[in-house]
Formats: sequence, C-alpha cells, structure tokens
Amino acid sequence: MELIKDLPEIFEEFAEQRKNSFLAIKQLKENGVPIVGVFCTYLPQEIPAAMGAGVVGLCSTSDETIPDAEMDLPRNLCPLIKSSYGFAKTDKCPFFYFSDLVVGETTCDGKKKMYEYLADFKPVYVMELPNKQSEDGYEMYRREIIRFQKVLEEKFGVTITEEQIRHATKIRNQERVALKNLYGLMKLDPAPMLGMDLLNVLTGAQFKFNKEASAEELEAIAERIQAEYEEGKHLEKRPRILVTGSPIHGAASKVVKAIEDNGGVVVVFENCGGVKSVDELVDESNPDIYEALAKRYLNIGCSCMAPNPHRFTLLRELIKEYKVDAVVDVALQACHTYNVESIGVKRLVTEEFHLPFMSLEADYSSSDIGQLNTRMAAFIEML
Amino acid sequence: MRTLGIDSGSTTTKGVLMEDGKMIKYMLLPTTAKPAESIREIYNALYSPQVDKIVSTGYGRDLIKEADRKVTEITCHARGAAWLKGHIQAVIDIGGQDCKAILLDSNHQVMDFLMNDKCAAGTGRFIEMMMRTLEVPLENIDAFVADRTPANITSMCTVFAESEIVSLLAEEIEPGDIALGMIHAICRRTAYFARKMKLGGDIFFSGGLARYEIFRQTLEEYLQLPVHTHELSQYAGAIGAALIAMR
Repeated sequence: MELIKDLPEIFEEFAEQRKNSFLAIKQLKENGVPIVGVFCTYLPQEIPAAMGAGVVGLCSTSDETIPDAEMDLPRNLCPLIKSSYGFAKTDKCPFFYFSDLVVGETTCDGKKKMYEYLADFKPVYVMELPNKQSEDGYEMYRREIIRFQKVLEEKFGVTITEEQIRHATKIRNQERVALKNLYGLMKLDPAPMLGMDLLNVLTGAQFKFNKEASAEELEAIAERIQAEYEEGKHLEKRPRILVTGSPIHGAASKVVKAIEDNGGVVVVFENCGGVKSVDELVDESNPDIYEALAKRYLNIGCSCMAPNPHRFTLLRELIKEYKVDAVVDVALQACHTYNVESIGVKRLVTEEFHLPFMSLEADYSSSDIGQLNTRMAAFIEML
Repeated sequence: MRTLGIDSGSTTTKGVLMEDGKMIKYMLLPTTAKPAESIREIYNALYSPQVDKIVSTGYGRDLIKEADRKVTEITCHARGAAWLKGHIQAVIDIGGQDCKAILLDSNHQVMDFLMNDKCAAGTGRFIEMMMRTLEVPLENIDAFVADRTPANITSMCTVFAESEIVSLLAEEIEPGDIALGMIHAICRRTAYFARKMKLGGDIFFSGGLARYEIFRQTLEEYLQLPVHTHELSQYAGAIGAALIAMR
C-alpha cells in the first residue's frame, strides 16, 4: 500500500479517526449492516465480525456527559463508566445511537452494575466473564462465546458458520500482527516517535471498520517510520516510560501529554488498547475455534481478574524489551481494581527491576493539569 | 559564580542570591493574586548584572521569562534541604496548597516522592483557616497550644473542619485544645501519607508550618523518626533553585 500523506498528517488523521467514523457508521447502517457496540477487550470481536456486523467500541472518555450520568449514578464512580452511561443516556454518541445491540461483560463491579441500568435505554446483552484464568474459567468462557453467538443469530436472524468465524479470526490476527509491528518500533532507542502519536494510532485503528485495509495501512505506516528512522528522523534521546493501568486514551491521555511535555517519551502502553489487548494472537490451528477464542481473550491481564498473573508476566517482558527507564501506573478515579493492584506493580517495578515508579489517579477533568505537569516534571528530573 | 533562585509558592514568594555556594541575600514576600508581580518584586530586589544564572521553581515558575531554567519544587526542595542539613534522608514539606514527601539517596538526589495535591486537607491552608475561625494569629500558635490537651478532631476536610470547630466551641471546648487537636490531625495525616514510602533516618521538615515548634514536635511523634527544621527552611526551594543554577 502506498501512503500519500506524510507521517504527522497520518497521525493527525488517526487522532480524528473516531470522529471521522461517525459518517462511516451511518453509511454502514444505511446499507443495512448490523452494528454491535462493545465495551471491553474481552469481547471476541470475531463473532459479530463473522456475521458481517460493524463492531464499534463504546468506552467513552470525555467528561462531557458525566453530569447527566451523575443524576443516576454515584459521583464516586469511575469516570469511564459514568461517561459511557452518560453518552448512552443522552444519545450524544453516534456509536451508541447506531448500535443495534450493546454488549458488555461482567468485568469490574462498576461496569456490570451500570449495564443493568444501561438496559433502560439500549438493548444490552452481558456476557459472563470468569474471574480467573483457570481451566474451569476457559471452559465457561468458551460456552459463553457460543451462547453469545446464538444471541446474535436470533437477534439478527442469521446463521454464523465456523468458516465465517475462522475467516474473521484470520483478518483480526492480521490486524494484530500489523499493530504489533507498529508499536514494536518503539523498542528502538532513541524512540522513532512520541507515545502520543502511537496512542492515537492504536485508538484510531479501533474505529476503522475495514480491518483488511486497516492492517495494510498500519503495515505501510510501520515501513515508513522504519525508513525515516534509518534516515535519522527520530526523537532525541529521552527517558523511556512504560505506561500501565486503566484505559489511557481520550481525556486520560493528559497523563501521556504531561510525560512527553516534560521531556519523557512513552515507549509502550501496557493498557487496554495497547499491548495487553493486542499482543496475543488467536490460535488459528486449534481445531476448536471457540476454545482458541476463549483462551486468547480470557488471557488478557486486566485487573478485574483475581489474581491477575498475566499483567505481571507481560510487564516483566515489556520492561526488558523496551529498555524502560521508569514506569507510570495510571488508575482512573474510583477504579478499585487498578488502584488496589498498583501496590503489586510498584513492588514488581521497584523490587524486581529497581526502577523508578509512579502511580497516579486521574479523572477526565482538566482541573489537575498543573499538578500533573509538576509531578511528571519532577519524576523526569529524578531519572 | 553568582546565581539567583526564585520560588513562587502559593502563599509566599521567596528569593535567594548565592555566590559560590554561599547565601548572600534572601527575601520573602506574600504571594498576591497576581503572582507574577510578587516574582517581579523579588527579582528587582535581588537581580544585578553580576547574576550569571537564574532558576525558578514553585507553582509560578513559568511566570518569569528571565529564568534560564525552570525546575520543579520537588527537586529544588530536596537540594535546598540537603544544603541546610547535610545528613537528612527525606524531606516533608507542608506547603500552602499541597504536601510533599521526598526521599533522598546518599547523593542528595530525589529517589522517590509523593504529593498530595488534590485537596486542601493536610496543607498549610487548613491551619490558616482553622486559626482564622479561632480568631488567633498563626504567629502565636506555639504559645496558644502550650500545655493543652488535644481535642479529638474527626474531619480532615477543610470545609467540614470549620463546622466541627464551630460545634466544639459551642460545647465550650477550650480553643487551645481544638487548635492542638487540629495540629495532631494534620501531623498524623502527613505521617501516614509519608510512610507510604520507606522512610528512615533523619527527616527535614520545610514549608511555612516548619517555623512553629509544635508542628515539628508533633510530626516527630507520629513519624517516630528525628525531625529537623532550620530557621531558613521556608527558603529551601529557593536555595535549591540557586544551587541548581550553579551547575
């Protein structure tokens, strides 16, 4: 694939991708394509994709609708949950508006309780997610995936074949490989680009509906970055930061901006939307495709798992592979699971790797930008 | 080499002039609603063409264009505190609008730090507000609470503490007991906050409240570690800035 634009323009486009997809989804809808709105990365997107549905992420990341949400939900609740509920309630998000079915999973307490009341405005289906990655857990999730497939078949009057699921799996795996190649470039030292640009690409890619074209584009971008790097176009040497914790795109990306405005570079995002939810491929060679999907998805190391060993295994790998100088753990306000787990991450980073560690609690407001900048500047002065 | 460090804090603005590692001049002004003017006043009083480098720090550090560098108050406080008291291993700073705990390594470099900057509870603002409600000047606090028994204060929210004070006064509790109760509340909170890091050895206590012995003593009680202060501890940030300017 030939890229017509240069990299800064492409990054800018990805940053705007979510908005640009408003029209795309309207188009899909007008062409009679069913739209399935999803929240978590635990949802096997291959199943709705197999029936030709448009799959769109609904996790909302702006404080715009939080006051509306707080009319129903407690104030002391995670901003992502409030924001998502608020967008559904006010119909301000076109992705919610066009979704024929909204699918959640029993992840954190806040989300699963919110889904009960979200059902007042939207057709909601909740998949039951096990609490841990045990043999029983994989088996249960396999059954849940089959159940979810039946729900789709009944709701949309279609039949989803194994062949279709395998085809969708192949395409999603291609996209994963392309994303991995792209973020893997950040292993280069000095880093080829800002973490903010990478984050925009990772987030924007989730809002591209043609996954085959998207994978091709991502490959072309990675090639371009590599080529420019070899010509000497890259960042100056900066302290290399790993960011982990709650989802970091949207309003919470103020943390990434504060790190990079103060002289650091985020070389890897372990968060949802980053390595955590992209890294592992679905085993296409498994004769039981449902088992392959159950394993791949349930393996995601989110703090709603207890215990959550996969997050720590992944962090260990990433700290080494990306030659990380320090780790910043971001928990959204009142995100209990990530907030609690922060002590475990601190121990891993400081005791096993003897690296500087910072934990931050963030909301979606812009009121703490000043303090955030001071903290980040001091943290980077320390490195 | 002559350097100038300016620390623009939320309550006071401090300036320190140094020559070859010696303090030759220093001054402090209240920070007004226009912090840039307080900075300008300090700058005009301390600057001369002999000054080689200027470093600014504190919340208003971006407001002075003459600064050669802007460094955060965390790094500056650590450097300044270690200059005032060489053997310290950590700094606890209770400022006007936040509270910081800084851990130092053997080279006086920042190893780790914590900041409470989300609300006024546990900051100098809390004490200022309390003393205003009790109608006692902050300067008299040591004498005011001498030999008192601390009243039990449950609320640490600056807004709710005020109503708690009002109800304690209505119960005819001695104002000195209430004030001491508040001091215990803030020191206990600060100690719990700082102990999230592995504290050990000697602690340097800075910020406006460090001027009053009762805070040092109570903090020591809750930390169970020796707490030191210095008559110039309020200048720690500006001293650190002037020292960093020398490099």
